[in-house]
Amino acid sequence: MQDLLTPHTFPDLITYLEAIREAQKQALEDDPRVYIYGQDIGNFGGAFKATKNLAQSFPGRVLDSPISEDAMVGSAIGAALQGMRPIIEMQFADFSTVGLNQIVNQAATMFWRTGLPCPITVRLPSGGTPGGGPFHSQNLEAIYAHYPGLVILTPATVEDAYSMLLEAVALDDPVVFCEHKYLYYHLKAESLPQEALPVGKARIARTGRDATVVTYSAMLHEALAAAEELSADGWEIEVIDLRSIKPLDTDTVLASVARTGRVLAVGEAWPWGGVTAEVLARIATEGFNLLDAPPMRLNSKDTPVPFHPNLWGTHRPTARTIAHALRDLLRL
Amino acid sequence: MLFPTHTAKKTAGGDGEGVFSVPPSNLALLSKNPCTQGTRLSKMSAMLQLAEAPRHLGKASDFIQTYRQAFQWMLLARVAEEKIASLYRSGKITGGVFLGKGQEAISVATGMALQEGDIFAPLIRDQAGRLAFGESLLDFTLTYLGARSGPMRGRDGNVHRGRPQEGLLPMISHLGAMVSVVNGMLLAHRFQGKTGTVGAASLGDGATSTGAFHESLNQAAVEKLPLILVVTNNQYAYSTPNDRQFACKDLVDKAIGYGIRGHSVDGTDLTDCLQVIGEAVADARSGKGPQLVVANNLRLAGHGEHDDSHYVSSHFKELALGRDCLEVAKEHLLKNDWADAAQLEAWTRNCLGQVEEAVAYSLREASPDPAQEDWCALATRHLAEGLPVHVR
Repeated sequence: MQDLLTPHTFPDLITYLEAIREAQKQALEDDPRVYIYGQDIGNFGGAFKATKNLAQSFPGRVLDSPISEDAMVGSAIGAALQGMRPIIEMQFADFSTVGLNQIVNQAATMFWRTGLPCPITVRLPSGGTPGGGPFHSQNLEAIYAHYPGLVILTPATVEDAYSMLLEAVALDDPVVFCEHKYLYYHLKAESLPQEALPVGKARIARTGRDATVVTYSAMLHEALAAAEELSADGWEIEVIDLRSIKPLDTDTVLASVARTGRVLAVGEAWPWGGVTAEVLARIATEGFNLLDAPPMRLNSKDTPVPFHPNLWGTHRPTARTIAHALRDLLRL
Repeated sequence: MLFPTHTAKKTAGGDGEGVFSVPPSNLALLSKNPCTQGTRLSKMSAMLQLAEAPRHLGKASDFIQTYRQAFQWMLLARVAEEKIASLYRSGKITGGVFLGKGQEAISVATGMALQEGDIFAPLIRDQAGRLAFGESLLDFTLTYLGARSGPMRGRDGNVHRGRPQEGLLPMISHLGAMVSVVNGMLLAHRFQGKTGTVGAASLGDGATSTGAFHESLNQAAVEKLPLILVVTNNQYAYSTPNDRQFACKDLVDKAIGYGIRGHSVDGTDLTDCLQVIGEAVADARSGKGPQLVVANNLRLAGHGEHDDSHYVSSHFKELALGRDCLEVAKEHLLKNDWADAAQLEAWTRNCLGQVEEAVAYSLREASPDPAQEDWCALATRHLAEGLPVHVR
């Protein structure tokens, strides 16, 4: 991505969260059809301040909604049918299940049923943070990816948070934009990109030859740290950032597995079904002959996300557990 | 007269002898084009060619004209649905058949009160309202008969049809879910500076128990949207009687809780329906915010044609509530001399002719071909999974 970085620099470093705010600001500036609707996002600027100052800068276009996730999404669908480009902010991804019906049954089926596009962007502040607990920590990308008719994005970098959100708004299809809360303040970049890889393309975040880690969102950074740790022992781990869960860039994944012969899929979401299962299913069915060892995967534990940091830190995969899994994979 | 005039419909319609002919050019267009390129949903009122004004009325009153027109839509809906039910019984229909028998009056009043540019989200018992809003009879027959040339192209069926680009929303099965979509369309009109439009959504008594009902009605109230929510309380949600559905005295009281105006209407009486819906729509149109209309009647059919509705209490059938709105309207026409028996007979013949023609046409239309189907759920084709690379 380095060569894509451009003069759009900030005096201080820009965070992942600020990139999301900047993308929304850009979208509001560029396109009069864009408006943002969500809980506490108006003058207050949102629970995470992802819309800070936007209501003031764009009067009437950044609207507080009632606590009504179903109606929030339903109204976005209606507005989109009439030519608008709504962005819906769910306060937490977890709450989007209240609006699930509208996302998966109304938005996702609209184009196929009627031939009319339904360009809505639903932002899901996803993933765990210390102290978040069972209802402020979930990763729901797999649920949404299960339904036809949706595009599911999971940016892992500041640059992708910006460029993919802008692309989400421009797409003619409903997009579930899974932004990771843990990355909001942890990730910083010097500037925002003017160009980026398109939606649907995975990125090789680190090249290697001994094994491939396929991951996305916050787990990318854990995987990169694990790869770094293993490099001290001479292992070269390739790390793929999927960027987009649906569509899933199977070609990039298979090409990497062809080079390394070993693969570990890592996701912060729960283990049953899900993105890592899908990745391994594709490798097993379409690239079985590329494998030198059984494919592995690593997910969170199959319990609700715990509140206490001691438990939470063990519930999800970390650099340590990923490194451990990789050593197993390399021994096989 | 309380009932507001509907200029768009009036000029297209009129009064007198109904000749519901489907223009051949329209048929040809529909047969060629999938719904995405479909023509403007032919306003059926344009087909309502009226040869002569009622002789005894002189300067025809708006209301009488409206009433007569409404009756004809009701009659057409009834005849059309009876035909589809008969085809269902002879095994010609795939999937369910859901009739609006007994609900034509409230439905037609809603459809007629809407104008071009308005939004309508009908539910399963809104055949009369759909026709009055402008849906072609062919959309009805092509969809029920699973024709590829219908608006849903065989991808969805029966009552799930619509043309959202024309303001007619295709319902999903989850009750209450269409209301917030109407809200969003009205919100878009506000963003776009479109004024004077309204949106109407139909629900039944059962849907008032959903979270979507609450969320969307509250949302409309907060945004002061020109929404008319028409709840037809036909006493049963599928088989569930009202006393297992809600515990409030009257559903219209719910309006108070949302800070909006509520209207009660006798769903068996076309006069009342036209007046009350007309008033609610006029209020919404003039900026008075959302309106909740609760019509009371009895469902005179099963939930669907698969259902013999044996559970419907005979007690209801003896009440005024259990009257057939079409029969009530017919008596009203005759009693007031707004139409005579010969006129009614002519209208019925006309409806039958229209329906037979639409069915005959639709039965000859091709079914969807799985080999030619475009199995792509995304508008952005290159992002669709599962398509061979060369067709992405």
